[in-house]
Amino acid sequence: MMDHSGFKNHQNEHLIYAGRAGFAVLILVIVVGVLVWRYHDLQVNRYQDFVTLSDQNRIHARAVPPPRGLIFDRNGVLLADNYPGFILSVVVERAVDREALINELRALLDISDDDIERFNKLLARRRPYESVPLRINLTEEERSVLAVNEYRLQGVEISAQLVRNYPKKDYLAHVLGYVGRINEQELKKLDPIAYSGTHLIGKTGLEKYYEADLHGEVGYEYVETNARGRVMRILDRVEPKRGKDVYLHLDHRLQDLAYQLLEGERGAVVAIEVATGGVLAMASAPSYDPNPFVTGISTKAYQALINSAERPLFDRALRGQYPPGSTVKPVYGIAALDSGIASASYAVRDPGFFQLENEPRKYRDWKRGGHGKAINLYDAIVQSCDVYFYTVGVNMGIDRLSKYGKAFGFGADTGIDLPAEASGIMPSRDWKRGSRGIIWYPGDTVNTSIGQGFMNATPLQLAVVASRLASRGEVRAPKLVQKIGGDLIPNPLTDVMNIDSRHWDHVLGAMAGVVTDQRGTARRALAAIKYPMAGKTGTAQVVGIKQDERYDASKMAKLQLDHALFIAFAPLDNPRIAVGVIVENGEHGSSTAAPVAGQIVDAYMKFYPHQVTPLEADVVAVDSAGSDFE
Amino acid sequence: MQWTVREAILSNTKFDRHFKEHGAAVYGRRSHWRSLHVDPILVFLLLLLMGGGLVVLYSASGKEFFYVKRQIIFMVVGLVAMAFVAQVSPRLLERWAWLPYLGGIALLIAVPLIGVGAKGAQRWIDLGAFRFQPSELMKIAVPLLLSSYLGSKILPPRFIHLLVAAVVLAIPAALVALQPDLGTAILLVTSGVFVVFLAGIKKIYLVVAAVGAMAAAPAMWFFVLHDYQKARILTLLDPQSDKLGAGWNIIQSTTAIGSGGLTGKGWLQGTQSHLEFLPESHTDFIIAVLSEEFGLTGVLILLGLYLLIILRGLILSLGAPTMFGRLLAGSITLTFFVYIFVNMGMVSGLLPVVGVPLPMVSYGGTSIVTLLLGFGLLMSVGSGRNQIG
Repeated sequence: MMDHSGFKNHQNEHLIYAGRAGFAVLILVIVVGVLVWRYHDLQVNRYQDFVTLSDQNRIHARAVPPPRGLIFDRNGVLLADNYPGFILSVVVERAVDREALINELRALLDISDDDIERFNKLLARRRPYESVPLRINLTEEERSVLAVNEYRLQGVEISAQLVRNYPKKDYLAHVLGYVGRINEQELKKLDPIAYSGTHLIGKTGLEKYYEADLHGEVGYEYVETNARGRVMRILDRVEPKRGKDVYLHLDHRLQDLAYQLLEGERGAVVAIEVATGGVLAMASAPSYDPNPFVTGISTKAYQALINSAERPLFDRALRGQYPPGSTVKPVYGIAALDSGIASASYAVRDPGFFQLENEPRKYRDWKRGGHGKAINLYDAIVQSCDVYFYTVGVNMGIDRLSKYGKAFGFGADTGIDLPAEASGIMPSRDWKRGSRGIIWYPGDTVNTSIGQGFMNATPLQLAVVASRLASRGEVRAPKLVQKIGGDLIPNPLTDVMNIDSRHWDHVLGAMAGVVTDQRGTARRALAAIKYPMAGKTGTAQVVGIKQDERYDASKMAKLQLDHALFIAFAPLDNPRIAVGVIVENGEHGSSTAAPVAGQIVDAYMKFYPHQVTPLEADVVAVDSAGSDFE
Repeated sequence: MQWTVREAILSNTKFDRHFKEHGAAVYGRRSHWRSLHVDPILVFLLLLLMGGGLVVLYSASGKEFFYVKRQIIFMVVGLVAMAFVAQVSPRLLERWAWLPYLGGIALLIAVPLIGVGAKGAQRWIDLGAFRFQPSELMKIAVPLLLSSYLGSKILPPRFIHLLVAAVVLAIPAALVALQPDLGTAILLVTSGVFVVFLAGIKKIYLVVAAVGAMAAAPAMWFFVLHDYQKARILTLLDPQSDKLGAGWNIIQSTTAIGSGGLTGKGWLQGTQSHLEFLPESHTDFIIAVLSEEFGLTGVLILLGLYLLIILRGLILSLGAPTMFGRLLAGSITLTFFVYIFVNMGMVSGLLPVVGVPLPMVSYGGTSIVTLLLGFGLLMSVGSGRNQIG
């Protein structure tokens, strides 16, 4: 490769090279200067910005959900507690390909379309880098499957979270309700900060009503995560404030008994402590196990509950509305005496039917042939004489019936601490015009006077009525909760009826006669009761019976049989417990409902043989000026 | 500057003459190194750099000895190769310079046929035990051939020689660019341009080339660059435009560098790398790990070490007795610097992301062995051996 066009001048070439090398060094120094400037700019001038960025990368605030408050009965028996369950959640920012990840997870474990749908909804509302729950209550096996595959599941987090548990299962389902996963509607209403990290919220029952107390306050954890979202260590922690524990008036033994007594039946039992308004037992049968709802009940199981003819999800005690039938008679008895329409000695002839003036229709007594020639108030209540109340009811008129009925609690919310109670119907002229658009007929008054026709009441209302009778006109709302986080919840009287005590003596005495009198409708059913107890049977017609047709139970299907009702309180002189019972299609209050009430009262008297001092908070004098009974 | 260099040359040539006259006996200790044809200062600096590199690599690879062990093996292989190449006489190198070039071209042509792909580009030839990038070989072969060719001409080179040089350069560059590996192609062209530049090409050509390159840039954009390459350039201009995609690497690496501050977070304490935010932390982005853990101080120490190596390389090149030797040594040294600049510039967000490792520090056998081979060549031509004698 020799060049022949001339001679190489080595000295000159050396100098050329040296010159160029020198020039290169000059450029090099400039370029190094640029590099130094750049690194200096990043590391010194903009140091703080990048420290912040670096910390934002790795440090994340993570919500620590508060443990939900526990629920106890009046004796400290646990009714709702928490156990640790495992939750699979996804931080989508960390996932390489979200769709692929979800598909991979679905291949590994059982993730329903519902789960996916809920996940997508939650995804739309999450904050960046927030983990979004996909599946809750992972089994041991599912957790190990995930652990084995963790390396390829970027963005997946498995965390332990407390899951609600109801040890009493179906015995208390309607009262406690249940918590379930927060749905989209709830999400819109919730404070996103308070509920960050919380996946469960009270859906029904006490869990819903006392959500604010039970939930607690969210805590925070500052964690260092790697690029794949895996928590490497916890840097700081602000402890959550656990939800408040809730103590009920309810006694789980009475509750168990009430539910057991309803076994095989459809019906409800409500028992109220007269002095406090505290609900001792509130059972609705049939019932359901609320635990599957917490972790997400399967569609199939849910459909089975929904479609069951027995309607186990329906809270009969709170929302079942039945004609109160003859259980209204003591109330109208008080009404008749207090309004002066009838005196205690006023007597009615009962030929077995009643007729309005100028009307051919016969309103029959439940007893063919009638109760006798001279039936006074005592007899009418003890024997449950319909014709006496037809007569007195028509004499009082619907306005008075309605006024007294409402005062005792018919047709209005009881004010119990549960969501969505039914208020029943206490018919009146205004009510009929408003809801039916027609005027009130005298025949309506006849039906109303024995608790039939338009009149409707819930089992809870029946217990409230029994309690107001027992307390001689003390008006106070029934309450399930007596203590929240150690603080007593006062349940003061809201009113006291201003009614002559002789009237009370009379009517309550007659109610005692129902149980003890030779002709008392509940005498046989409650023969074993050892202490003075007052009650009133009731029978609510399910099928309307035509004129001159005989009610023949043997010919009717079970579902067409009358509902059996009973209200009761005891002991007579100083009542402590009031009970309302309904057994659907139980035929007669005396045969099916009264024994249930009797056993509840019996059990209560056994458990609490001495007078229970009313909670101090409840002894609040009420301004009786509000009473409209002169 | 000019004066100092001139002095250096003169003293060096004087020294050579002096050495030739008095023989090995006078310079007993140096003669020992001389007989090995390795430069002790350069070797010392390289060992220092590699040792520091291993410390950073241990942290960058997540405290795993796996990469460190392999890197040590690469270094040993590279050092042996360097010492071996240093023994080869410059005359032999000059005469047979076309051989590695033609071999490299053949391998580059073979890559699309038998090569292995990675990330949409075919660059590798699988040799069973390890994979090998022919384009890396060309980084040495191209300056070798160009130095040999231009070194034999009367300098400054004439237009016809430049034309030949351009063809010699364009063929492998085009093949590499087609793989596609634009980064390596540009580095390849750069190493060739250094030879031409050091050979004393007239400044008018340089100006014309610069203007031509600028004029060609829009054409490159529309007709040559792949979409992902354009994306990298756009990302450079605005990394925030695609935070989780193309911009991720740059955002994370600048964050790592910036958060290191003046003194760094401490060895093994870098959160960006240890929490896996930093991509490719043990290979191309290792400077970010160093910056994060040792701060600007660490960066300056590394740069200082690099500059000493470059300075030593240039001094050795000036001492080379032939033009071939000077051109080869000079271009190897300057290319070495370009790697440093491109890598540090890319990781700090000054330049688009191209796959250039940080010399002697990034994990990777091909890079280390090739670089040490280059230094072997540099020592062969620069260790003062009399080519004529």
